[in-house]
Amino acid sequence: MNVGKQIKEGFLTQNPVLVQLLGMCSTLAITTTISNGLGMGLSVMVILTLSNIFISLLRKIIPEQVRIACYIVVIAGFVTMVDLLLQAFFPDIAESLGVFIPLIVVNCIILARAESFASRNNPMAAAVDGICQGLGYTLVLLAMSAIRELLGSGALSGNQIFPAEYSASLIVQPVGGFLTLGCLIALMQWIQRKVKGGK
Amino acid sequence: MEWTILLDIALGAILVNNFILAQFLGICPFMGVSRKMDTSLGMGFAVIFVMGLASALCYPVNKLLLALNLNYMQTVAFILVIAALVQFVEMFLKKAVPTLYQALGVYLPLITTNCAVLGVVLLNVQNNYNFIESVVYGITGGVGFLLAIVLFSSIRERLEFSDPPKAFRGFPIALITAGLMALCFMGFSGLQIPW
Repeated sequence: MNVGKQIKEGFLTQNPVLVQLLGMCSTLAITTTISNGLGMGLSVMVILTLSNIFISLLRKIIPEQVRIACYIVVIAGFVTMVDLLLQAFFPDIAESLGVFIPLIVVNCIILARAESFASRNNPMAAAVDGICQGLGYTLVLLAMSAIRELLGSGALSGNQIFPAEYSASLIVQPVGGFLTLGCLIALMQWIQRKVKGGK
Repeated sequence: MEWTILLDIALGAILVNNFILAQFLGICPFMGVSRKMDTSLGMGFAVIFVMGLASALCYPVNKLLLALNLNYMQTVAFILVIAALVQFVEMFLKKAVPTLYQALGVYLPLITTNCAVLGVVLLNVQNNYNFIESVVYGITGGVGFLLAIVLFSSIRERLEFSDPPKAFRGFPIALITAGLMALCFMGFSGLQIPW
């Protein structure tokens, strides 16, 4: 098992959002404040890790033909659990994430990791993979939401940095989501080219 | 009276609160299959079809769950209904309308994990729509998806010939284009039926 490689893949070379381009919907929709981004990122990480472990344990039992349906049921079960827990303990976050919590079920990251990693590896490796990919995802959400909250409402996690009337409220609108993510992916491609060029 | 409510829902779903450009539902297929105009047309029609059917089917399912006091099972039940529906539609089309199946075939399995479909069902529940309103919302939401993806793919066909900075080639420039489209659609906000 190669933990170091998995960590590097999750954060950089195979980052779920910036390189694999998965899970766009939630990345764009909820990154308007840091607390939203963190809440969503951690929820996805927990669900991804748990479903990875579970699917990896069941990988020899699940028949090939109905595997997607089985994965979805497993994922939906964990999503429901996290949804209820969030509603009970963090009602504010559950309120502002709204319909995007149940929509984690169809977040392509989780299904993609189940299909391409958890169904082929032992539970331990699958758990590490879930944590690394989940952290990579959380990191992108944090970066996105920090940029958008700062530029869009002049605040960082609720603390006003500069007066709101000087901020570009467009950035917290849907437009800003597309623009910010576009620039982040461009930055990632630029870094990747630099690294490759250096070798 | 009834008609204006339905028209209002339709207008909202297609233009004002467009599923892709204002609510960020269904971004993955929007980005994934929008390279060519005809594939995005196929995907768009498949989505309209499935979203309408899913809204209709999940309405009684939700009523049943509420009656049994099982509303925490909503997510699991809905995604199962959608997965089964997509599978069934695929088998039905293969037998009954092979030409349509050939046109939509590749896109149907992808729709199971399209967040717009699960999203419309959850929003129907959240907005307390009745049966007819749900179906109208589902179908017009699909029409909004079709509109956005067809417009986007026709811009993207042109993008192939443009010359953006190297780091922006491919996905980043597509995202920024989508952002500019979202900006255009913001112009529709506040649009209402005049009567």
